[in-house]
Amino acid sequence: MRTEDQGLWLQEQVREALSRAESLYISGSGSKAFLQTAPEAPCRRLSVEGHCGLVEYEPGELVITVRAGTPLARVEALLAEHGQMLAFEPPAFGPTATIGGTLACGLSGPRRPYTGSARDFVLGCRMLNGQGQRLSFGGRVIKNVAGFDVSRLMVGSAGTLGVLLELSLKVLPRPECELTLSFDGTAEEALLRMSEWGRAAWPLSALVHDGERILMRLSGSERALQAAHRQLGGEALPMASTFWHDWREQRLAWFQDETPLWRLSLAPTCPLPALPGTWRIDWGGSLRWFKTHASPEDIFLAMARVGGHARHFRGGSVSLRHQPLPVPLQALQQRLRTAFDPYGVFRVNPALNQILT
Amino acid sequence: MTTRDDLKRLARCLPTGALLTSVEEMRPYECDGFSPCRRLPRAVALPENEQQVQAVLKFCHQARIPVVPRGAGTGLSGGALPVEEGIVLSLARLNRIIAIDPVDRCARVQPGVRNLAISEAAAPYGLHYAPDPSSQLACTIGGNVAENSGGVHCLKYGLTTHNLLELRWISADGEVMTVGGTGLEGPGYDVLALLTGSEGLLGVIVEIVVRLLPIPPHARVLLASFETIETAGAAVAGIIAAGIVPAGLELMDNASIRATEAFVGAGYPVDAAAIILCELDGLTEQVETDLERVRAVLAAQGALSVRVSHDEAERRRFWAGRKAAFPAVGRIAPDYYCMDGTIPRRHLAVVLRRIGELAAAHGLAVANVFHAGDGNLHPLILFDANQPGQLEQAEALGGRILETCIAVGGTITGEHGVGVEKINSMCLQFGHDELLQFHAVRQAFDPDGLLNPGKAIPTLNRCAEFGAMHVHGGQTLYPDLEHF
Repeated sequence: MRTEDQGLWLQEQVREALSRAESLYISGSGSKAFLQTAPEAPCRRLSVEGHCGLVEYEPGELVITVRAGTPLARVEALLAEHGQMLAFEPPAFGPTATIGGTLACGLSGPRRPYTGSARDFVLGCRMLNGQGQRLSFGGRVIKNVAGFDVSRLMVGSAGTLGVLLELSLKVLPRPECELTLSFDGTAEEALLRMSEWGRAAWPLSALVHDGERILMRLSGSERALQAAHRQLGGEALPMASTFWHDWREQRLAWFQDETPLWRLSLAPTCPLPALPGTWRIDWGGSLRWFKTHASPEDIFLAMARVGGHARHFRGGSVSLRHQPLPVPLQALQQRLRTAFDPYGVFRVNPALNQILT
Repeated sequence: MTTRDDLKRLARCLPTGALLTSVEEMRPYECDGFSPCRRLPRAVALPENEQQVQAVLKFCHQARIPVVPRGAGTGLSGGALPVEEGIVLSLARLNRIIAIDPVDRCARVQPGVRNLAISEAAAPYGLHYAPDPSSQLACTIGGNVAENSGGVHCLKYGLTTHNLLELRWISADGEVMTVGGTGLEGPGYDVLALLTGSEGLLGVIVEIVVRLLPIPPHARVLLASFETIETAGAAVAGIIAAGIVPAGLELMDNASIRATEAFVGAGYPVDAAAIILCELDGLTEQVETDLERVRAVLAAQGALSVRVSHDEAERRRFWAGRKAAFPAVGRIAPDYYCMDGTIPRRHLAVVLRRIGELAAAHGLAVANVFHAGDGNLHPLILFDANQPGQLEQAEALGGRILETCIAVGGTITGEHGVGVEKINSMCLQFGHDELLQFHAVRQAFDPDGLLNPGKAIPTLNRCAEFGAMHVHGGQTLYPDLEHF
């Protein structure tokens, strides 16, 4: 694994930008640039990609510490060599994705409802705040409640609070076996059946509806999976790992067009909102992928009615990408941002800006 | 300065009798589970609903009165210790389970609901709330959120922070906000994660939605005994390294074993230097597969004996000793002081030996009982507060134990929180800039610093007075620990 410590150089860049009152746009490889709106000029890109390499990995501890610019694929390959994995199953959206970018975007894959989200696996981080101070939060141990949980706050903050330098992540053993079962059913039926399955202790590791059928992934020992299969029924899906990879990376045909794609987070059995468009169901019902030309306002309204929220993910061009927050919470987020970046060195991408200002 | 007039106006925010101001009435609130520190507040407010909490907070904000939020007062770090000029805001009367939703597998509860009551209410649906701190009979879910409580089963099921969906909370100036959502993630910054474990400094939680998980259909416990505590520690590492994630993985040393046996008679081998309790749960077939693998690891690691629970009654009996360990130790010494450091598991054996040496040097005994799978140590320092100097010795020993934890790359608190107890140790764990950042975060929530002042995050002045130097990258006051 390539190793280079550019921590000091990155710190200099932030300090320099601070002294020149310039703005920086923190970036990994740019694999998830579609989540952001193009940077506004004048704004310099600060690439964390070169700050890479393994800092510490003791498989017996279930903890890995890596520099933020390390390619996600390298981290996953190293873990796989030791029979371990990042259990939040992050989508990479391209071969160049970095671990820092992965956490900064805070995306989790289909395993998320059953093992935990990206932020659930973050144990600690080193970072630069907007004053160029090098800070360390959390640690390399599984349990740690000393100080505010800044490391988890950083997950999903999309480079608006600071430059991630190093991340300590909890990892899990890879399951001994996996089995994917396929069941016929409409999306409406899927929501009900997913809820029923979720109430029993099946060794679930993914539960999705791909438009035509329900796909259930089970993880565990071979005996346990055979026993579960006998009781649950369903058809075993061949080439399942390809399916899950393509699902997670949005390589399936349904994801491949320019209709705006929205990501909706809501209660697992919440009925599909009455909006025109097509759906895919993920996370056992808690996450819905929605392809629609409906207006952002209509989507936000429908979500607000059911206590969920929506965000534009990719495709097309929409006037608003994030559901507006209530005013007091919006103000709090702005103050939090100021707490980390009082002089506004880190450019807030306009998409996030809708939340923050 | 909180005046009589302030108290009169505060009483108007609350139902009759819900503002305690007499010394006798306030006595139960003078400390929490960290009993060496006691202090009376100016008043104790006992609101019954969200509106009253909000009214109290708004009034205190306007009158600049410090507020110490409190759940059941079972915390072990003095997080609910009153401040002299402030009030205690007890959330105990907000104790309603608003809804158990078996279909979406969540429970909406008020903060004063007891941890165990949630699982009891969910049990008819085959569901439970997973985090189970040993105080779960008494501790409240609001307190669990404030402390990010763990428990015996958090190795597999996570801490409080991993089991929350939504928080409704009130800021220091009385603004009601909701973070998270009924889905698995909320919009914007992860304020839910930041509030969890913030020890009452960032806001007062008034409603919580927790995730409920299916009750595992099958669970078995292995009880293994060892000749030395080091081999027991190595066996713990061996189980994890074998790719097994037990539901619980606990270790007790001889002093704890003897104390618990005398107290509850759980059937532990009193001659063993240490025992491990390893719980496996899930589908029967999964549990049986894992059981064989754990047996093999234990045999390879030289376990003296291995017993496996054969039914639910036996499983509960195996756990009864562990769950009663703290009160059991309480019977063998007039006082004990419970530490809570977490270390990388590979250092278990060497840190346990070091704790033994430090204890001997301080002339005190230590009983060890802890969440070995998480590397979360709970050394119980035995002492007698009535003997002059022993409390100070116990505190000094505690400080040295925490320094040892930091030196091997660990932390001063795994699950009990900083409170007032470990506030000085925070100066060891964090540097000047991190502390400044914490204060900036706090200011974003509570610019006047009225919520639980003096807890969790030390001021820079305090660290200067304490004379502590930040232990950085293993460079410590004790260079001999570096090569751990």
